Amino acid sequence: MNAKSLNKTAMDDHSPRIGTAQIQLLERLCNVCAVSGNEGEVRSIVLEQIRPHVDEVKIDALGNVLAVRRGAGENRLRVMLAAHMDEVGFMITGDEENGIFRFETVGGLDPRQLAGKAVLVGDDHLPGVIGAKPIHLTEGEELSQIITLETLRIDVGPENGKKVKLGDWVSFATRFARLGPSLRAKALDDRLGVATLIELVRQAPSNIDLLAAFTVQEEVGLRGARVAAYALDPQVAFALDSTPANDLPGWEQGSCFSEYDCPENIHYNTRLGLGPAIYIADSATLSDPRLIRHLVDTAEALGIPYQFRQPGGGGTDAGVIHKQRAGIPSVSVSVPGRYAHTAAGLCRLEDWKNTLALLHAALSRISPQILAVER
Amino acid sequence: MIEINDFTKKLISAAGLSGYESPVRGMIEEVWRPLTDEMHVSRLGSLHALRRGSLPEPRPSLLLAAHMDAIGLMVTGIVDGFLRLAEIGGLDPRVLPGQLVTVHGKKDLPGMIVQPPAHLLPENLRNKPVPLGYLLVDVGLLPDQVQKLVRIGDLISFAQPPIEISGDYLAGHSLDNRVSVAAVTQCLIELQNRHLDWDIWAVATVQEEETLGGAATSAFQLRPTLAVAIDVTFGSSPGSPGHKTFPIGKGPTLGWGANVHPALYKAFKELADRLEIPVAMETMPRSSGTDAMALQVTAEGIPSMIIGIPLRYMHTPVEMVAMKDVLRVGRLLAEFAAQLDDKFIERLTWKEAEKNK
Repeated sequence: MNAKSLNKTAMDDHSPRIGTAQIQLLERLCNVCAVSGNEGEVRSIVLEQIRPHVDEVKIDALGNVLAVRRGAGENRLRVMLAAHMDEVGFMITGDEENGIFRFETVGGLDPRQLAGKAVLVGDDHLPGVIGAKPIHLTEGEELSQIITLETLRIDVGPENGKKVKLGDWVSFATRFARLGPSLRAKALDDRLGVATLIELVRQAPSNIDLLAAFTVQEEVGLRGARVAAYALDPQVAFALDSTPANDLPGWEQGSCFSEYDCPENIHYNTRLGLGPAIYIADSATLSDPRLIRHLVDTAEALGIPYQFRQPGGGGTDAGVIHKQRAGIPSVSVSVPGRYAHTAAGLCRLEDWKNTLALLHAALSRISPQILAVER
Repeated sequence: MIEINDFTKKLISAAGLSGYESPVRGMIEEVWRPLTDEMHVSRLGSLHALRRGSLPEPRPSLLLAAHMDAIGLMVTGIVDGFLRLAEIGGLDPRVLPGQLVTVHGKKDLPGMIVQPPAHLLPENLRNKPVPLGYLLVDVGLLPDQVQKLVRIGDLISFAQPPIEISGDYLAGHSLDNRVSVAAVTQCLIELQNRHLDWDIWAVATVQEEETLGGAATSAFQLRPTLAVAIDVTFGSSPGSPGHKTFPIGKGPTLGWGANVHPALYKAFKELADRLEIPVAMETMPRSSGTDAMALQVTAEGIPSMIIGIPLRYMHTPVEMVAMKDVLRVGRLLAEFAAQLDDKFIERLTWKEAEKNK
């Protein structure tokens, strides 16, 4: 399905659209720093964006932003939408003087992604780098070993070193950029979800009570969503996230390029350009089939492209939401993104547009009737 | 008036990988033109700029060589819109995943180096560094767009923007060796309106990171009386051995070893002491890994010297220097050039000759 036919079929006048303003908001959201436990910079933007549109909003004990936008009329389903504000990053854990600091990772980061990166340290976003030993001084044997976290340091220079404190949070410094049909940024996981949820709050369908949870600490154990779901007490929940698109070519010694073969990549998880990824099962959640069906029916009816995330592995806020209270039927919908949890992720603008379109349409068509059938 | 910090930031933002230096050369040409009397480009692409001296012909000359080429990557294959890679210059593949790059295709394309997910790598690389042969560049375009815009052999530059760090430090890629180009520029600035006996050739050399071909051919063409290679050296940093590194911001190094003419070392050392410019001796027991290796053995041989600017994290996209070291080198070179007179060469003697005097 291409964009033109989508515009004709899927978008009615009330559908939210992603244009320049929305992309600029995503850019702001990606460029600020909000490592798990320190979500304040994203929280400020969220509050500024949603306040004019909600009936109630509060910050809870963990730092979640919980907002309610009530619909109109009878029989409104109470629908929770969750998107996590936090990103993976680092914390300063040791001062070795003259601007050199030890650090630990916050959230799942491959140590192979850290050397040679620019970072921002603390509330003042002091510029720093994660250096690496020159190749000229590296012995042959070392080259076959991973550069471990133990040996890496953050360097902010001697002068700024005096301003850095133990416990300061650190983010990658990568700036948002548009690459043709794609968007490149740090923290697309899950600022894409945050930006989508902001749009849904601003243009909420009136047939539901929209319970928005901008959650904290997803990357370190789904902590925010657990208490948010308790507090909001919804009838159904959607987690909006970004899931890996591992759709790169494979390799095997053999042919293809003279020396290598490219076997079919059968474990791609999702693929860029194929639309929103609907979760059937991950390691934390067996999605509610009624909600999956509803999403698929909506997409089919309106001609919105979608894909199923390959079942297995991973997890989203839905993992704790569905087990909250006496149980909350839940599903996750993600914008596919390559290279999550690195300095620079990549997604397709079109996938984000279609994710917003699918969610908005699905919410517009949802009613308590969906729960009339037993799971 | 050129501001040296701004110029350095511009220099490291310009493309110019080994063998393809013209983008950065144009930028240097523009700044050096008003500071010099004559300028030309060598057959291999090095930039030669002359400040004319006043001694009668044949006039002795000093060559200041700073290589302008940078390390980077080259496209070796395209598969499903992803680019396969080879290195230009010496790179540690372990610093490459996640780096921002510019692919110089039919137009410049922003992209990044990516490490494929574990299931797409051989079993034995699951918890090992991923060799360059398995890394890819993603430019975010659709495969047919990539096919139209990128070809095998296209160059790939690092794209980490310059990072200014308070205290006058600068971090970024290609500071090796664009900071030395900046130092030579600073020297030319300081030599403005100064009298010179000798000819001074400021040379931005090519291909140092691969072949030293620029320094060798420029030295042959210009036949200087003396030559100085200005390059970066290892800055003290976490994990690097202390005895092979020098603190950044505490002054340049003067090379010492077989690549260096000992009397020239002595002259620089005495001058630095007189000017109260802090310098450290950098021992180079075998070869220096700089343009001086080529300068020294050009034609009938040229007495050569090496000046080093300490730089952290060499050959990564986040190299770091103290700009005050760059200014110190500029000043040291300028004062050295200005004090060269018709008797200097007579003073360039061997120590046994000194003893026999």
